[in-house]
Amino acid sequence: MKIPCAIIGSGNIGTDLIYKALRSLSLEPVWMVGIDATSEGLARARGLGLKTTHEGLDGLYPHLQADGIRLVFDATSAHVHRLNAPRLREADVVAIDMTPAALGPYCVPVVNLRDHILRGETNINLISCGGQATIPMVNAVSQVQSVDYGEIVATVASRSIGPGTRKNIDEFTRTTAAGVAQVGGAKRGKAIIVINPADPPIIMRNTVHCLTTEAPDERRITESVQSMVKAVSEYVPGYRLKNGPVFDGRRVSIFLEVAGRGDYLPSYAGNLDIMTAAAVRTGELFAEEMNR
Amino acid sequence: MNLNGRRVTIHDMTLRDGMHPKRHQISLSQMVDIAQRLDAAGVPLIEVTHGDGLGGASINYGFPAETDQAYLRAVVPVLKHARVSALLIPGIGTLDELRLAHDCGVHTLRVATHCTEADISEQHLGLSRKLGLDTVGFLMMAHMSPSEALVKQALIMEDAGAQTVYVTDSAGYMLPDDVTAAVGALRAALRSETEVGFHGHHNLSMGVANSLCAIEAGASRIDASAAGLGAGAGNTPLEVLVAVLNRLGVEHGIDLYGVMDVAEDVVVPMMDHPVRIDRDALTLGYAGVYSSFLLFAKRASERYGVSSRDILLEMGRRKTVGGQEDLIEDVALDLARDRA
Repeated sequence: MKIPCAIIGSGNIGTDLIYKALRSLSLEPVWMVGIDATSEGLARARGLGLKTTHEGLDGLYPHLQADGIRLVFDATSAHVHRLNAPRLREADVVAIDMTPAALGPYCVPVVNLRDHILRGETNINLISCGGQATIPMVNAVSQVQSVDYGEIVATVASRSIGPGTRKNIDEFTRTTAAGVAQVGGAKRGKAIIVINPADPPIIMRNTVHCLTTEAPDERRITESVQSMVKAVSEYVPGYRLKNGPVFDGRRVSIFLEVAGRGDYLPSYAGNLDIMTAAAVRTGELFAEEMNR
Repeated sequence: MNLNGRRVTIHDMTLRDGMHPKRHQISLSQMVDIAQRLDAAGVPLIEVTHGDGLGGASINYGFPAETDQAYLRAVVPVLKHARVSALLIPGIGTLDELRLAHDCGVHTLRVATHCTEADISEQHLGLSRKLGLDTVGFLMMAHMSPSEALVKQALIMEDAGAQTVYVTDSAGYMLPDDVTAAVGALRAALRSETEVGFHGHHNLSMGVANSLCAIEAGASRIDASAAGLGAGAGNTPLEVLVAVLNRLGVEHGIDLYGVMDVAEDVVVPMMDHPVRIDRDALTLGYAGVYSSFLLFAKRASERYGVSSRDILLEMGRRKTVGGQEDLIEDVALDLARDRA
């Protein structure tokens, strides 16, 4: 049975999410929640057959039970999610937090989502776009052998970075670095973001560097990286290993490109696409569990 | 050109941009020695950090010999007159490192962004100003934006708290007329109490000439480096700039022989390779590529057997910006594969 869900936040991310959720075999997007009656996102959602409200979570709350909503994607802001989270918990609804609020544990679906579900977590944070793109690679290396230090560089098109991220770029670097360590499995993590304004816009690219504790086992790391790329590309079709892994002493470097699926967001914005794709993947795994 | 009687603040880059050609390996004692000599020669402001600014220590840009904190704590207390500045590139460094630099006694904080992305610096400029630091915005790769666009970005930085905004020729690509236009446009648009600065690279041998044009167009802060120690073919050579400014009657307060001696006696002998316009550095200036890419391209060239010039040209063709050092190895691998 498809699990009824709602999307809070009718901006670009929320809108892209609708398309992916509509394609899902286990999710049924029912509501789109915004705060502006005239927003394009709400109009588009109505056109796609969703119910909408422009009164925020207040507008959705009375319908949660009647419509059987068991899962909510929050694509608002850290501030708004902090307000939403306790109310969603009270209503016994799983919250997939796409904001930097990070009230719940960090999650990269392909790495640790099952653990969270088994532990009964009901608020899951998706770290950052750079985190979704790179942490699987750090994890692929740390599965083989111990990683002293993981460092990621995310380069994104200027047009794909909205005002919220721009006003708090440190949040990206801090959160992603923490995810590289906690979820990636490196003893220490660092994250760097570079914004490139080229026109036509560049496709998101990422470099992942790891320093292994002992000399890297080249064959096993290469296999692990390739199989992880395959696992991520199951839900992010534009996820590609461009070069590497390259081995240089204890350094292991992996070069990635992430093209978006172009559902609503333009395809260069792989950084946004990987967030919405990871969110839907997370929702699907919860749905499987709910149906069990 | 009549610059007689104009006043400028010369800002030394030897210990920050100069970290690039030293692969960030300048020792604490070398830092202290050079800073003290520059101080004695009357240089008023000296930048000290990793070449890529606070928090630059990384696989991507290189791990330095010492931490930013160790460098700052060593240099700041030993200076008699000169003040110390630190560079911060949002996306690399964070507010945490900014606070740390402030705790170490930094006087000036410079927040650098690509010339079209000033709005990612608002938080950092704001905090710097709030902490009472002399706050500077630094618009890198300025050649990639027309003057009108550059002005809009400069105004964002000024609004966020910058008391000085720089036209930064990170690629050493700009020609004198470009500098006149860019600096003039900022001078005309910014508040009269906001200073305009110019940071040059010598890849097309334009460091000094461009700095003069900047002063003529209204810049009052000029970056330079002893013996030009800096990324690419280096920065505007400090001792040459001082000599020229003396002849033009520009006031700067620096002793010419003093800085000549720092350059000749200390900085040149410590160079790992001559910082000069070799064919790769010339390619940077010719193609408009970030000067710090130089040594990364040379290393990738050796490792993968492809021409460093081809790598740099490809970096230019892909319209790369400062900080994309990680793409160099990726491009080298692509070029090696295409050739095979």
